[in-house]
Amino acid sequence: MDTLSDLKMKEYKRSTLNELVDYITISRGCLTEQTYPEVVRMVSCNIFRTLPPSDGNEFDPEDEPTLEASWPHLQLVYEFFIQFLESQKFQPNIAKKYIDQKFVLQLLELFDSEDPQERDYLKTVLHRIYGKFLGLRPFIRKQINNIFLRFVYETEHFNGVAELLEILGSIINGFSLPLKAEHKQFLVKVLIPLHTVRSLSLFHAQLAYCIVQFLEKDPSLTEPVIRGLMKFWPKTCSQKEVMFLGELEEILDVIEPSQFVKIQEPLFKQIAKCVSSPHFQVAEKALYYWNNAYIMSLIEENANVILPIMFSSLYRISKEHWNPAIVTLVYNVLKAFMEMNSTMFDELTATYKSDRQCEKKKEKEREELWKKLEDLELKRGLRRDGIIPT
Amino acid sequence: MAGAAGPGTGPGAAGGDGDDSLYPIAVLIDELRNEDVQLRLNSIKKLSTIALALGVERTRTELLPFLTDTIYDEDEVLLALAEQLGNFTGLVGGPDFAHCLLPPLESLATVEETVVRDKAVESLRQISQEHTPVALEAHFVPLVKRLASGDWFTSRTSACGLFSVCYPRASNAVRAEIRQHFRSLCSDDTPMVRRAAASKLGEFAKVLELDSVKSEIVPLFTNLASDEQDSVRLLAVEACVSIAQLLSQDDLEALVMPTLRQAAEDKSWRVRYMVADKFSELQKAVGPKITLNDLIPAFQNLLKDCEAEVRAAAAHKVKELCENLPTEGRETIIMNQILPYIKELVSDTNQHVKSALASVIMGLSTILGKENTIEHLLPLFLAQLKDECPEVRLNIISNLDCVNEVIGIRQLSQSLLPAIVELAEDAKWRVRLAIIEYMPLLAGQLGVEFFDEKLNSLCMAWLVDHVYAIREAATNNLMKLVQKFGTEWAQNTIVPRVLVMANDPNYLHRMTTLFCINALSEACGQEITTKQMLPIVLKMAGDQVANVRFNVAKSLQKIGPILDTNALQEEVKPVLQKLGQDEDMDVKYFAQEAISGMSFCFLPWAVTVLLSVSLVVAQRLRKLDFPVKDSEEPCAPGADKNHFLRPREDTGKVSAFDAKARDLPSPGLKCGQGAAQRNRAARVASEEAVEAAQFRGTDAAKVSPCTDHNCSLGQC
Repeated sequence: MDTLSDLKMKEYKRSTLNELVDYITISRGCLTEQTYPEVVRMVSCNIFRTLPPSDGNEFDPEDEPTLEASWPHLQLVYEFFIQFLESQKFQPNIAKKYIDQKFVLQLLELFDSEDPQERDYLKTVLHRIYGKFLGLRPFIRKQINNIFLRFVYETEHFNGVAELLEILGSIINGFSLPLKAEHKQFLVKVLIPLHTVRSLSLFHAQLAYCIVQFLEKDPSLTEPVIRGLMKFWPKTCSQKEVMFLGELEEILDVIEPSQFVKIQEPLFKQIAKCVSSPHFQVAEKALYYWNNAYIMSLIEENANVILPIMFSSLYRISKEHWNPAIVTLVYNVLKAFMEMNSTMFDELTATYKSDRQCEKKKEKEREELWKKLEDLELKRGLRRDGIIPT
Repeated sequence: MAGAAGPGTGPGAAGGDGDDSLYPIAVLIDELRNEDVQLRLNSIKKLSTIALALGVERTRTELLPFLTDTIYDEDEVLLALAEQLGNFTGLVGGPDFAHCLLPPLESLATVEETVVRDKAVESLRQISQEHTPVALEAHFVPLVKRLASGDWFTSRTSACGLFSVCYPRASNAVRAEIRQHFRSLCSDDTPMVRRAAASKLGEFAKVLELDSVKSEIVPLFTNLASDEQDSVRLLAVEACVSIAQLLSQDDLEALVMPTLRQAAEDKSWRVRYMVADKFSELQKAVGPKITLNDLIPAFQNLLKDCEAEVRAAAAHKVKELCENLPTEGRETIIMNQILPYIKELVSDTNQHVKSALASVIMGLSTILGKENTIEHLLPLFLAQLKDECPEVRLNIISNLDCVNEVIGIRQLSQSLLPAIVELAEDAKWRVRLAIIEYMPLLAGQLGVEFFDEKLNSLCMAWLVDHVYAIREAATNNLMKLVQKFGTEWAQNTIVPRVLVMANDPNYLHRMTTLFCINALSEACGQEITTKQMLPIVLKMAGDQVANVRFNVAKSLQKIGPILDTNALQEEVKPVLQKLGQDEDMDVKYFAQEAISGMSFCFLPWAVTVLLSVSLVVAQRLRKLDFPVKDSEEPCAPGADKNHFLRPREDTGKVSAFDAKARDLPSPGLKCGQGAAQRNRAARVASEEAVEAAQFRGTDAAKVSPCTDHNCSLGQC
């Protein structure tokens, strides 16, 4: 797009838009019924467009964002539209004829804009629309659902995920209790899978906020959420693992003891793995849980379950980890456990060796089983080929 | 073990249970439930073995229900399961029982993860063919219907892929139902489902009766092509190709063309891009008449589209479009209706557009003939040869052969040379690599004189490039040139210059001499090899850098077969013997390897060393546990994906990654599996190392490329 053509006309347009913004901000009673369709039409003509192809294929938070060439105009249009929506005389009942599902759908598509300034304005616009048009609410939620699902399962590319999650954060905050099935489904089938996306770091803070909001509303969702996180726990990406641990800590900060008991086993099996991660940031983040007073109190209450799960990992890395800072942290954790339940601690220390041997024996038995199975398969194969007579 | 699934599918394979089926299902199921995901995954991958141990009946009555019930697992495990079940018919008792496999696959077809679902659909499609027509209607079709009316979008998207496999084998009444279900999916509320339906529309149309295509598929196509989401509309373009092939010209004009015209002018660039991308297929599908009336004007618009992506996609299709025009009148159409637009594209503002054009434009010369090429195309070629973007120039040069056939290359040589020289010195090593690969071709077309005068020095300069991949390519290039220009030429121009490098202060350059000798000796023949090359190689056996010395050993092994027995006995053998006693264990190893490799050349003495060789080999393998040849590869093992990103600066003997690999336990190693296991271990280890490098920062980076012998600067 040539930004330098028709400069004079562009200046006209800019100043006209400026006038409009001033007018709608200052004057009262300018919103007659006739202005509604015209306002919506003007806004639609200007902001609704097919977004251009994005340049960068790979996300990188440090890349300079591509800015929208027509932003000097667009900004004024958004400004004007927000003033319109926020005007005291604004009547949703009249506006709903023009701001309809199709309008919202196009608005949502714009969230893919590369320009963060535009996404910021869109966020405000959508928030206002969601607030004022009760009839559009289910539709907006459903379309955001679709955008997320497409993002997770099809394209892995959508620029406005963080912004949409931010709006959802405040929407979830306003959900009434008991939560509808639709909302629970959204949590389990959309928000949790969002954790699998490669570019998680771009919207993780907002996502974690949404999740915690849900759990504060309805603690009984804790179990599905934590099991979901366990299922999608990153296998190779340590940075993501650190984010998961951060989110888990936020969840644990608000968890109810009765819920904690339900998920402590799978949870601490995972934490045991993290603690022994060769990536020191992962190990460190997990070990810092023991510095959190509330988590510590939960662990203490359930030490008889958690200690046996954690023990062998802690014991092993206290001897093996390459990073001295981690070893120190592990010693502290072991010390804490020792103080919690010294009898059990001594028992576990005493049986550590024999447990390892037991594991090895089991492993050997597995191997033998498979060897037998394979022999069997081989024999049958030979028999089928007529090499061994049946 | 997928490879061994053979017995499952073979006749009577799963028949003989009885004495062998001693394994209680509980033990096997424990394996499938193992807490460790990796072990669980391994077990699932050997599901056929388990099924075999159970026999067909218990597989049906006990194993399959278990699998159906415990579908909640890691996606990776589910993926393996979905794949296994596709080949399971034999293991449950053959086609009569194929329907037993449907319940677990049905559940898998509803999970969230696309990869798992797709695999389940693939397996279902496979199994559908094994059903008898009766079983198909009794079991398979109801499954498709259930999926098609599932609550969550995942099951409905999966259903879309199953219609076309059951339709042809179903009875008429059932067919009507199937069509009905497909119709409703095309107007589903969820865009994901509409996309899935749109992407299967063409495939489904192909199995329908012509009447149904016209009365049902076409309206669906029209609707999808005007969907509110561009991601759906663009998929309709793909379907258009299949549908168009089924219809007569008149029907096409009336039923499909209005929609296609609209798609070519869609307001979303993604849809227009799709039209451009599928242009050749569309052209073939609609036939010559509609092409002339409709597609050519549409193509002109695509060539001057406002989005560069669309222009580039269209530019890619220029040659194919022209080729596929009817021969009669082709020249006129191209000259009047296409060429003017191409001329514009040569000076496009976007480099991808120019580069796309440059990759095909040369092909037009064969279509347009000598005169038109000289008058109209040549100026365009010359302009592109001077383009600021190296990729554009490279694309022109890489297609020179098309022009050569028509007008000869001389016409271009004046402009060619500066372009080649500039590319040869480009700062990006991949550009340099690309131009090297065209050198033999250029040399053949430009002739030996031109080559000696203008290009030879470039070829020599690449030998001392600072990127290993370039040096390696330059070596191969020399070999190809010698094959082209002959031994005498090699002796006069190449060999002396290569041999001089043996005295270079940089050990990497000294090694390049050895690599060149490896590559050239065969093409040069016995005389040059013995008289000129061998003395240099032997002299280098005293090099102070171990890497050079063991490469001497490798070179001697390589050129051994070309030398005469005399030289071998008198000159090569003593040197190898000496290297065999080298203080460095790798030099020792390669020297002894060379001796054993050439044992036929010096038999009596070889026997005595063979024993010690095998000893060293065993020691070495035990210690390194990686294929020795790795040191010749241009990049680290397991990093094949990044082949182009990481040219190796060294010929490192063992990298930090490999070193780590050998420490990994490899449980259950059995012969035959060993290599695979080891590779996996190496991969895991290298992933770990990469990860480790990320957080340890510079420390790890220092360890990886450097070996104990050579410093990274290469100045020894």
